[in-house]
Amino acid sequence: MWDYTDKVIDHFLKPRNVGEIENPDGIGEVGSLACGDALRLTFKLDKDGRIKNAKFKTFGCASAIATSSVLTEMIKGMTLEEAAKVTNKDIAEYLGGLPEQKMHCSVMGREALEAAIENYRSGGTKKHELEGQVVCTCFGVTKNEIERVIRENDLTTVEQVTNYCKAGGGCGGCHGQIEQIIETLQGEKAHAVHPAPARKPVKLTNIQKIQLIQQTINEQIRPALRADGGDIELVDVEGNKVIVAFRGMCAQCKMAEFTIKDVVEARLREFVSDRLFVEEQKDSAEQPHLHREK
Amino acid sequence: MKTIYLDNNATTKVADEVFEEMKPYLTELYGNPSSMHTFGGQVTRKIREARENVAALLGCDSYEIFFTSGGTESDNAAINGTLAAIPQRRTVITTRVEHPAVLATCRELKNHGYTVVELGVDGNGLLDLDEFRRSINDDTALVSIMHANNETGVLFPVNEIARIAKEKDIIFHTDAVQAIGKIPINLARTPIDLLSLSGHKLHAPKGIGVLYVRKGTRISPFMFGGHQEAGRRPGTENVPGIIALGKACELAGRNIEEENNRVKKLRDKLEDKILASCPDCRLNGDKQHRLPNTSNISFEFIEGEAILLMLDRYGICASSGSACTSGSLEPSHVLRAMGVPFTAAHGSVRFSLSRYNTEEEIDFVIEKMPPIVNRLRELSPFVTR
Repeated sequence: MWDYTDKVIDHFLKPRNVGEIENPDGIGEVGSLACGDALRLTFKLDKDGRIKNAKFKTFGCASAIATSSVLTEMIKGMTLEEAAKVTNKDIAEYLGGLPEQKMHCSVMGREALEAAIENYRSGGTKKHELEGQVVCTCFGVTKNEIERVIRENDLTTVEQVTNYCKAGGGCGGCHGQIEQIIETLQGEKAHAVHPAPARKPVKLTNIQKIQLIQQTINEQIRPALRADGGDIELVDVEGNKVIVAFRGMCAQCKMAEFTIKDVVEARLREFVSDRLFVEEQKDSAEQPHLHREK
Repeated sequence: MKTIYLDNNATTKVADEVFEEMKPYLTELYGNPSSMHTFGGQVTRKIREARENVAALLGCDSYEIFFTSGGTESDNAAINGTLAAIPQRRTVITTRVEHPAVLATCRELKNHGYTVVELGVDGNGLLDLDEFRRSINDDTALVSIMHANNETGVLFPVNEIARIAKEKDIIFHTDAVQAIGKIPINLARTPIDLLSLSGHKLHAPKGIGVLYVRKGTRISPFMFGGHQEAGRRPGTENVPGIIALGKACELAGRNIEEENNRVKKLRDKLEDKILASCPDCRLNGDKQHRLPNTSNISFEFIEGEAILLMLDRYGICASSGSACTSGSLEPSHVLRAMGVPFTAAHGSVRFSLSRYNTEEEIDFVIEKMPPIVNRLRELSPFVTR
């Protein structure tokens, strides 16, 4: 069971400001049924330009409902300039914190608020649009959004990014890209979290060598290829020649030659032996286990 | 507040009789059955009795029963142990709707060069046996297909699957964790080679399970140590757990008729009334081929975790296939495999009953459900009125 604060439970069971304002000054709609949560926020301004009233409708779990409810309370009385400065962190803190995996609910609140302000400033014409290049196609999350949650919440891992904005929570195909974004923004800090020391034994028997090659493929190479929808299989080892077959996206990839030298061979040399070289087995692409029955 | 426990596919109450039976072995009779003294040795006889009780429920011989720590260990041991014993074959057939104990174990095998065939299911959660037949080839080492689905209660025809596998001389394992104690099984009449069961799903405590291994089935141990369980599952026996499971199996054999009559009637009443009183909801899983205790219902436009927490306020315990309840972002892999739309999967609730539920409890849930659904729909932006 989730460890929700009393304030989250209170706002879930007794949500404030449920509904929709008629003729609102701003409407913000984010999320979708498919994503598992969605929020429609409406507000009305008073004559001094402060938020007089705000209402919400939310589809989602307890924390999604609680963050929406608390958001409407927080922004009442604020000018739009003040409201625009509200971060997802502020919303989560107001609730006394949220479980890490539920932080995306607070981000949804902030997004809806921004969308509503944008809608007002554009004179009611502009609806929420995705800005920038879409990185996570499963949940429709853009690079801008990912960069923003990383900066505002000082995130250093893909898992955290997924918790905060859902990116990477579906097929996992974008994990590599998210890692790159984290690396670019966090630089040294991100490196410090993931030390990957290469270990290379001095003298290997044939069996040890083959096992180490398999292990290196499993741990060091496959995750990177899977991130791009591909896969790799170890076919055979003849002396220092490592024969591999590419699967999935990698099988048709024009960059396969590059991947062999730059990724597979480099990694195997780093972790197993400097003398290894890699060749691709082409003809087995259709019949993955042909080699065993020969 | 009274607890109304409708989450028996997650875990069950330890039956009073079971607790009484195991209690002395937690307190006075703490001896090690392997010891040479009478104090320890007297436990051996109780373990033998327990093993016979389990065998009687399954319709097999007691030497085919191996005690483990639970369903997950049994599944891992069955899959990895079989493959280690048949190294020349490298394909495993399973389904997309298995419990993670099987599915994750099989998917891990892909990292070791195995081919894993995951059979799909139709909209009612049923398998296509012709597709299963076609998927078998000379490289197939093992078929692992569950007996009853934990989320929907849908039953797979394991007797027929076992016969098909036998014809082709392929080992068949079934994860029967949800089925045992709820529906009858007779291993004397069906050529299942390996079967997993878990104590805490049939009113024994957590931490005890069984792997049934048909006589003559080749399987390598994947743990090494002492001589216990014929060397296949070393480690000092979980004596209180084993004795509890023996008692629970004895009770299950006696109560299986009640499960299929009284419990089934309560389940049907709960299901029918909810489907009739709440608009925009649907039943997930085949109505006929199903466990007598399970009902999985989707409520459109609202989210499962919110429903569960609302039910929780009344002491009602259920579970959901929504993304939010698991901490992952995607809803139940079982419902998705059935093609249940995301919208309905997010709002799914599973009720799973036991013989300890009363009609009064079911009436209480029937009364509380519509206002909860209405309340959450009032909050939902997808409901316009």
